[in-house]
Amino acid sequence: MIGKPVIELRNISKWYGNVRALDDVSITVRDGEVTCFLGDNGAGKSTLIKITSGLHPHDSGSLRIDGKDVHLSSPRQALDLGIATVYQDLALVALMPVWRNFFLGSELLRGVRPLRRLDVQRMRRVAHEELGKIGIDLPNIDAAVGKLSGGEMQVVAIARAIYFGARVLILDEPTAALGIKQSGIVLKYIAAAREKGLAVIFISHNPHHAYLVGDHFVVLHLGRSALDVDRSQITLEQLIGHMAGGAEIEALAHELGHVTG
Amino acid sequence: MNRVGRRSALRIFLTRPEVGSLVGALVVIVFFSVMAPTIRNPDSMSTVLYQSSTLGMMAVGVALLMIGGEFDLSAGVAVITSALTASMIAYQLNVNVWVGVGIALALSLGIGAFNGWMLVRTGLPSFLVTLGTFLMLQGINLAITRLVTGNVATNDISNMAGFSSAKALFSSTLDVGGVGMSVSILWWLALVMAGTWILLRTSAGNWILAVGGNAASARAAGVPVKATKIGLFMGVGLCAWIAGMHQLFEYDTVQSGGGVGLELEYIVAAVVGGCLLTGGYGSIIGAAIGALIFGVVSQGVVYAGWNPDWFKFFLGAMLLLATLVNMAVRSQVDRK
Repeated sequence: MIGKPVIELRNISKWYGNVRALDDVSITVRDGEVTCFLGDNGAGKSTLIKITSGLHPHDSGSLRIDGKDVHLSSPRQALDLGIATVYQDLALVALMPVWRNFFLGSELLRGVRPLRRLDVQRMRRVAHEELGKIGIDLPNIDAAVGKLSGGEMQVVAIARAIYFGARVLILDEPTAALGIKQSGIVLKYIAAAREKGLAVIFISHNPHHAYLVGDHFVVLHLGRSALDVDRSQITLEQLIGHMAGGAEIEALAHELGHVTG
Repeated sequence: MNRVGRRSALRIFLTRPEVGSLVGALVVIVFFSVMAPTIRNPDSMSTVLYQSSTLGMMAVGVALLMIGGEFDLSAGVAVITSALTASMIAYQLNVNVWVGVGIALALSLGIGAFNGWMLVRTGLPSFLVTLGTFLMLQGINLAITRLVTGNVATNDISNMAGFSSAKALFSSTLDVGGVGMSVSILWWLALVMAGTWILLRTSAGNWILAVGGNAASARAAGVPVKATKIGLFMGVGLCAWIAGMHQLFEYDTVQSGGGVGLELEYIVAAVVGGCLLTGGYGSIIGAAIGALIFGVVSQGVVYAGWNPDWFKFFLGAMLLLATLVNMAVRSQVDRK
């Protein structure tokens, strides 16, 4: 079964000054699939998610969401369309308590203006329940987020995105700074999000992690799309080969062989 | 994954941002109660509270701003700008005092909005932006006053229409059990309550904590970062208006050169009260306790019969002590 296309990028380009960060990239992201964006540093992965999450507008090409052409100008707009992004640097505020972070930007309110106020009890309860559902039991929901482990922070951010009705979940290098066990926890929630029918965009430079959960793989190289295949069309070894730059690595191996040999 | 253990009530209390200032306040209150017993009279206490309130009103806006990650060096002279505006408009145009009061409010909010707008527009640090407005306002206060009145102070407006009602609101004295209390103490309390409520119980408060803690994360979560910052500067403007109106109706005239250096005292009150200089953490009640420390020390030095020169020394010592206590307590509690 092939999911419905949620995000369609057609011939997207983006310049930062004279630097062309993205060059004519076309990608389709579908419901109920984990689409992996892979590539080395500077390949354009981050630029791509900045466009789909509304942080930077694209310069040319078209961005379609649910079949409609859009030009995102703020993260709020993307969020309202159901696109939630969990950033590499987590987009959590370390000094703030877990429950405040969980509802940041979408606070629960009660009462009437001008006395509209935070529904603190409900926010604390819901945050605790939602985190419990995905296996994080915090006895102290008032603890500053900065005191959690890296994996816990990622999962808090993912739980928040799912709770707020995200249909598209963009995860920017969620396992990059994590140990093996913590990475496993995060990957488990990526799979869980897909089972819920979400479209997941998983950005990574680790093909091993990507292949564990990915349904579709896009390899970016210097701002261009170098590979765009379904899981059935590729093995992990081939993916690693593409990731490493394929032909370039062979040439490099040859050169190194020359030097040492 | 259960690494955040349950904590005792004491430990939770010790993580409050106000702890350092509370210790500091107890130290100075005990110290001056012993060294200057006069301070224990109800009348002296009223004076201490009055001193604290004039600083404390401003410390509310400045603390919120600092929690939001910014400074306002123009806050001290902005108080004078507000008072001068109300006074000169009423006197020179010969209109009801309330007209001047209203225009001063608009101007004070405008100065705040300008500071905030410049900041979000240019991306310059608030230190620079508000240093600019600080110098400009200082110059304008002196130059315009001299231009309009030919003097360094404004004319007495105490017999103008609307003066008595405005004075009743901004600087009357209330009788509390036989002790005269300035209404500015009520303004201070009201501002502290409003500020605390906004910070801890509204979306705006959540946004203030977030933009001060990590502006990029806040924006990504959909927080209107720019509007929050501009609003915070306007909040300082509102406090400057209230403080300025109090000053005007307390003394009937305004010295155009005043306010310089006070901006640092507001910042000290906020920092002593547990606000992080870098933003994202702090307390309005802490800032109020910081202001109270100011009041106790400034009057305590007088009641002890010492040379007022010692005031600044004690202030500096308190600043260091309170911040060290804050730091030590926080790292002790965090280490658990």
